[in-house]
Amino acid sequence: MAEAATQQSTAAALGRREQGAMLGISRRSRYIAHAILIVGVFIVAFPIYYTFVASTHSLQTILRPPLPLLPGEHFFDNYYEALFGGVGRIGGVGVGTLLFNTTVMALGIAIGKIVISVLSAFAIVFFRFPGRMFFFWVIFITLMLPVEVRILPTYKVMVDLGLIDSYTGLILPLMASATATLLFRQFFMTIPGELVEAARVDGAGPWRFFKDILMPLSKTNLAALFVIMFIYGWTQYLWPLLVTNSNDMNTIVIALRKMISFADADTEWHLVMVTSVFAILPPILVVLFMQRWFVKGLVETEK
Amino acid sequence: MATVELKDVRKTYGGRVEAVKGISIDIPDGAMCVLVGPSGCGKSTLLRMIAGLEEITSGTVSIGDKVVNTLGPAERDIAMVFQNYALYPHMKVYDNMAYGLRNRGMDKDEIDRRVRDAAGTLGLAELLERRPRELSGGQRQRVAMGRAIVRSPKAFLFDEPLSNLDAKLRGQMRIEIKNLQRSLGVTSVYVTHDQVEAMTLADTLVVMNQGLAEQVDTPIAIYERPASIFVAGFIGSPAMNLLAAEGGETGKGLKLAAGGTVKPRETSLPEAGRKVLLGVRPEHLTLVSARNNADIEMKVTAVEALGADTLAHGYPVDGDARAGELIARLPGTVRVADGDVLPLAIDAGMAHLFDAGSGKRI
Ligand SMILES: Nc1ncnc2c1ncn2[C@@H]1O[C@H](COP(=O)(O)OP(=O)(O)OP(=O)(O)O)[C@@H](O)[C@H]1O
Ligand SMILES: [Mg+2]
Repeated sequence: MAEAATQQSTAAALGRREQGAMLGISRRSRYIAHAILIVGVFIVAFPIYYTFVASTHSLQTILRPPLPLLPGEHFFDNYYEALFGGVGRIGGVGVGTLLFNTTVMALGIAIGKIVISVLSAFAIVFFRFPGRMFFFWVIFITLMLPVEVRILPTYKVMVDLGLIDSYTGLILPLMASATATLLFRQFFMTIPGELVEAARVDGAGPWRFFKDILMPLSKTNLAALFVIMFIYGWTQYLWPLLVTNSNDMNTIVIALRKMISFADADTEWHLVMVTSVFAILPPILVVLFMQRWFVKGLVETEK
Repeated sequence: MATVELKDVRKTYGGRVEAVKGISIDIPDGAMCVLVGPSGCGKSTLLRMIAGLEEITSGTVSIGDKVVNTLGPAERDIAMVFQNYALYPHMKVYDNMAYGLRNRGMDKDEIDRRVRDAAGTLGLAELLERRPRELSGGQRQRVAMGRAIVRSPKAFLFDEPLSNLDAKLRGQMRIEIKNLQRSLGVTSVYVTHDQVEAMTLADTLVVMNQGLAEQVDTPIAIYERPASIFVAGFIGSPAMNLLAAEGGETGKGLKLAAGGTVKPRETSLPEAGRKVLLGVRPEHLTLVSARNNADIEMKVTAVEALGADTLAHGYPVDGDARAGELIARLPGTVRVADGDVLPLAIDAGMAHLFDAGSGKRI
């Protein structure tokens, strides 16, 4: 009987597919779909490729348009200078330092946000304590207060605490996240009550439950959020601009901005391009590396 | 292994909803107590109070002569099997069973021995490395059972564990649970709304209605002497027929509202004029050849031929369709058609009398 049922459903599936083919997922429309996708990929990828091409030419070549479409022969010179020579414009800080600063900030923000939001969602969903809903709404309301809105008071607080030009100053104000807390709250609420109770009967206290059951079930969500938050942290502009004065605390995005001067001739475009490549690379790597998890986390929930 | 005792246990949700209104049950060591009743009658609430998952508003729950009201579920040393199994989705079958033991700090070899033992008993030995989503419903059910038995707890608590299985598997698992419980000798409380499960599994059957225990007894005693019309209607399938009647003159038996008199065996017949309900199970209505031998005549409105028996649905001829349904279980050889009028005799010795007002047995 079970076999018959399987056969039937397979037949139904086949039927559906044939129907799909008939209903216009024809050869032609498939070509059109591909063409659109290819155009899309080109639009996204070409500027990145062109940045890379520019980073391998000398300043003279760049300043004399048109810029060739193929990489030039200054790859090693440019990258060596950017990494170890120190870039003139921003006070002799190498790209290495900039990358390190940005990585610390992006990782700090991503991990910090995740830790804080997972813990607060855990408290809000699984514990009954006085003021639970009050705290939930307070967190919710902070959605309306992104960094840009509260930037002056936050800056004042950082100055008073002496956190200007420190990693803490870079990371801390960006760490609290209502969005992530709400996401985890929604996810935690889909965990069946029976599972929580089974764990209680099995003698798992709150921490055991958190560590052995909740976190493994949240794996894909954690990964997806990590990618999003890492890129959020990596691309921060306004806050790092305010809170860092010293050049060796700059993030790569700020450094890029500082390297570009208004007079075209003063700007070392070849080095700007190298720095740009370095600025884009880590987010791309994170996405590529976590892609599988990322897509899983957005698409499916394992329960 | 231990006795489980409930003394006047109550549960009020949020100060308003009274889910359990004072239930006392003694479950002897090693016995299987089944809680049965319609949806929303408080079965799960009562079970969860025994488990320690729900706070007890008043009364006491004791396990093994020790009051456990304030203990958490883990400290009560019970194991629970949930309706949706509640297996940990990310853990292998082995780890699902071992988890509770690890949390108790049990020695690794001992855990391994117990898990493999239980897996052997339940036919799960081949499946230990699988994850729950790679198992069939019946296999998941077994893993849930395994998770309970590895612990050798003082009591098993089951909340409708078979309700997600198909009829055939349910029948099979029912017998397995019974045998397992017998051979392990662990005191058990089992919640179900399936009366076949209730009848076959129970040593003690508790019929619940709106937060109260209507009757607590062995299944057979409840079937033979239901304490109220609620129990009479709930236990037995198809449900017992309830015929309106009143006490006749002394010595003359009962006057049926549908016409005719019956003289049940019951010792004390109600006094003349007292309104009662006469309960007759469908199998205690027999077809007679002549109209004047009949206690009641039934107009047939639907026939279910089941093979071994034929169930005839209808209503008393002298009443109308609203006067109450009547179901007769006739031998499979009898041919009945819609619209027939059947002369039926009531097996008076097997009939039950209930007070029409209170619904209690007389
Ligand atoms: N958390 C709660 N808050 C308020 N009322 C509740 C809560 N849980 C259950 N109830 C109420 O208590 C009563 C008993 O519920 P319970 O779950 O024990 O029923 P049940 O007999 O197990 O029913 P079913 O067979 O449908 O599972 C119901 O009326 C229900 O609405
Ligand atoms: Mg229930």
